Amino acid sequence: MVKKVGMETSVAIGEVVKRVNADVIAAYPITPQTHIVEHLAELVAEGELDAAFIPVESEHSAMSACLGAAAVGARTFTASAGQGLELMHEVLYVASSMRLPIVMAVTNRALSAPLSVWGDHSDAMAVRDTGWIQIFTENGQEVVDNVLCAFRIGEDPRVLLPVMVHLDGFHLSHMIEPILLPEPSQVAKFLPENKYPLPLDPSRPVTMGDFGPPVIYSEAKKAQEVNLRAAKEVVLECWNEFARIFKHSYHPVECYRSEDAKVLLLAMGSFCETAMVAVDKMRGEGKAVGLLRLRLWRPFPFEEIRKAAQAAEVLIVLDRAISFGGPGGPVCSEVRSALYPLDKRPKVIGFVGGLGGRDITPDGFEAIISRGIEIAKKGSKEEFEIFGVRE
Amino acid sequence: MAEYIEEEYFAPGHRACIGCGEALAVRLACKALGQNIIIVNATGCMEIVSSQLPYTSWRVPWIHTLFENTAAVASGIEAALKVMRGKGRGLAQEVNVAAIAGDGGTSDIGLQALSGAMERGHDFLYLCFDNEAYMNTGIQRSSSTPFGAHTTTSPAGRKSIGQFSWKKDMPAIAAAHKIPYVATACPSYPKDLMRKVEKGLKIRGPAYLHILSVCPIGWRCATDLTIKIGRLAVQTGVFPLYEVENGKYSLNLDLPQLKPVAEYLKLQGRFRHLSDEVIKEIQQRVEEEYAKLKEKMAG
Repeated sequence: MVKKVGMETSVAIGEVVKRVNADVIAAYPITPQTHIVEHLAELVAEGELDAAFIPVESEHSAMSACLGAAAVGARTFTASAGQGLELMHEVLYVASSMRLPIVMAVTNRALSAPLSVWGDHSDAMAVRDTGWIQIFTENGQEVVDNVLCAFRIGEDPRVLLPVMVHLDGFHLSHMIEPILLPEPSQVAKFLPENKYPLPLDPSRPVTMGDFGPPVIYSEAKKAQEVNLRAAKEVVLECWNEFARIFKHSYHPVECYRSEDAKVLLLAMGSFCETAMVAVDKMRGEGKAVGLLRLRLWRPFPFEEIRKAAQAAEVLIVLDRAISFGGPGGPVCSEVRSALYPLDKRPKVIGFVGGLGGRDITPDGFEAIISRGIEIAKKGSKEEFEIFGVRE
Repeated sequence: MAEYIEEEYFAPGHRACIGCGEALAVRLACKALGQNIIIVNATGCMEIVSSQLPYTSWRVPWIHTLFENTAAVASGIEAALKVMRGKGRGLAQEVNVAAIAGDGGTSDIGLQALSGAMERGHDFLYLCFDNEAYMNTGIQRSSSTPFGAHTTTSPAGRKSIGQFSWKKDMPAIAAAHKIPYVATACPSYPKDLMRKVEKGLKIRGPAYLHILSVCPIGWRCATDLTIKIGRLAVQTGVFPLYEVENGKYSLNLDLPQLKPVAEYLKLQGRFRHLSDEVIKEIQQRVEEEYAKLKEKMAG
């Protein structure tokens, strides 16, 4: 019988990367990602993982080295956060556009200035449109499970796309949690060998990363969009297969006490666990509130969001990032836009909170829900409100 | 021997300009790189002229991703091939890796990635095809543009001499990384160029080859003068051909008497605004640098 062990989430990620027998890890240190790559460097140094650990001189080069490794068919992993993810930005587009499966754990971190090493989703939202499959996680077990799934999804010949697994910096990356690691026999059953169909190979020369004139660029982008959208089926298939082997299931939108809820809160990442406490308390008081936890961020789960939210009267969306001068947080914008075509839809109220590592307690979530209900009734002068900000 | 290689791995029919020294240098380099190679190409002239969809000039596996990351991509490829071979996956044979970039992609925007890759000791050959400016975007100055040259962003004018700084010494920067092999070459000396490519490939660890590539468009010279101007660059001491093997310098073409730099400068429109005094200043600098290089040979 496999037992859960107390383990730091970052270390557990390293253990998964070891169990999938990754070939190449290229990484540059940035808080709060460091424990992941430190552990991987140790595993390689001790001979527990037969991989190339490339200690590159920047995140730009980390992702670039990953491109090269993936292009020759290596199972490739990296991790980053915040400024590091921003420095990788242009390389991220290349990874997805050239259909190179790379798995990256992102310990979500705020963006400068002022400098903040603490968590929010500004980094994730800045790379929203880079064409990666993106999964948000809530606890250590979900991180472990989804890093494993990420390899299977990304390397699937129907997909061949890079995958980001987002976990909140510190709030999740540095937590010691009871974690069940996948057994080698389970991994062998679950994860096929990475067989990249057209690697760089002198016996079959291919030209990769060509120059695309206007006559072909739109077609290339359409193909990419179709491919990413179609990847959702493979994500679902992967999670089903995961449930069969590991007895734990994942869905694009996780619903918590939402079936008969008049008021729904939607959040992402580790905050969801705290929000559940608030929902339980309010339910105890007879309030019909529920929670939607958005797990699959890209490709965006339109149908699942509609199905989960359409019966509610109010949907409060909490973003951990600001789209400055815009309609609110990026998540709220997208959810609102997904619901717009429905004849009957909830009022969507946007909040931004938890910026730069600011905690939101169960009481805080209760306050957000109550204020959201108030705004739904009476309106607000603001397009969105920032929760807990000192004026 | 390199001079008898008939195979062309860089196919004819590319879109390079007439008289392009870089296309010639790449063709020669490819002969010496052979078939057992993976080429990583930075954004720039070469990538643009050789890979426009749906065509390709490359008869060997080739990848382009971005401008500044060529050495990093090559690092990933080299490391991946090595570890996968050890695991019995991927390519069974040892495959060589070459990274190619222009002077901007090497001495400016790609310098950090190159420095990182050299410092980490990846087994690859880096080829800088130096045409002394950002030619692909329309002749803008780089740190590799020589002093006094007119470019679109270092224009000669009433208050400007043209390029205001002295050419960055990339081979010296590469050599400062204490890598096993650094050399300079020019397609005007094809055998020397191919020999150095072969040598750089064979040597374990990072090798850096800096290849002067005449650009008639950017240098404002006649398209049939590419070879001659390349030779003059060498014969005037402006661009000496040398090697640094494990720290030991050797001059490949020692010239008892350098030709005057004016012979080299006068053939190029980018220098036509230079006064005799400035040409004298350049002459002096070239002699000084050449003497310093010869000192290194002795040491």
